[in-house]
Amino acid sequence: MLDNSNRQDMVVYEKDGDVLYIRLPVEFDHFASRNMKVETEALVTAAEIRNVVFDFTRTEFMDSTGIGILMGRYKYMKYIGGNVYVWHVGPHIRRMLDVSGISKLITELEG
Amino acid sequence: METGFRMEFDTVPGCEGFARVTAAAFAARINPTVEELEELKTAVSEAVTNCMIHGYEGKIGIVRMEVHILGRTVTVVISDSGRGIENVEKALQACYTTKPELERSGMGFTFMQLFMDHVEVKSSPADGTTVTMVRRFEDHPEELKPRGKG
Repeated sequence: MLDNSNRQDMVVYEKDGDVLYIRLPVEFDHFASRNMKVETEALVTAAEIRNVVFDFTRTEFMDSTGIGILMGRYKYMKYIGGNVYVWHVGPHIRRMLDVSGISKLITELEG
Repeated sequence: METGFRMEFDTVPGCEGFARVTAAAFAARINPTVEELEELKTAVSEAVTNCMIHGYEGKIGIVRMEVHILGRTVTVVISDSGRGIENVEKALQACYTTKPELERSGMGFTFMQLFMDHVEVKSSPADGTTVTMVRRFEDHPEELKPRGKG
């Protein structure tokens, strides 16, 4: 089986109960996120996910594509009665979340 | 002394990464901070992604990028020959997007303006779109010291 979990340019999905962890790639841009909408919605539906956590641990770069993806998943999870969180956000990306208003909608997990 | 480079590339998937890394590698010659480089990369990525998604609407086209350095000021000019922007004033508004179905946030120009000191947009259906962005990097304290022997 092809194991992509160490690929720095790949989105990695991990399920834990009703939580879906989305391990974002080093560069979270238009190219890296081209399949994320379809993949996330398929997993959320198939695995009865209620909480989605965007994990920025590996992520060094993001542009407004990331904001669009976060907003889209936020609206979708709210629609099905779930929640979205962000985790391990660096200062440069946090500024973009603040300016775009995402910080007011999506809770940042601690620890 | 002013120095610079200019290049053209096709809007193949991933070219936004190539463009921002190239611009940042060139700008690194004047020793910006890591944060300043990240900000420049985001601004370049926004402009090139606009060319791909809006200018050429996902089709392959050519993007031109120029980067000039004068002192501690970096000027980036990114242009396409795509369909142009009908209403530049509207396009510059935060959260305004013509492509909500692609989950675009409408924050592209907002981030360019946030991370660059000056952003100018020229666009017409005949000529495509040209974005000119200027950023002056902060002086480093150690560079202000006179360089003497020993």
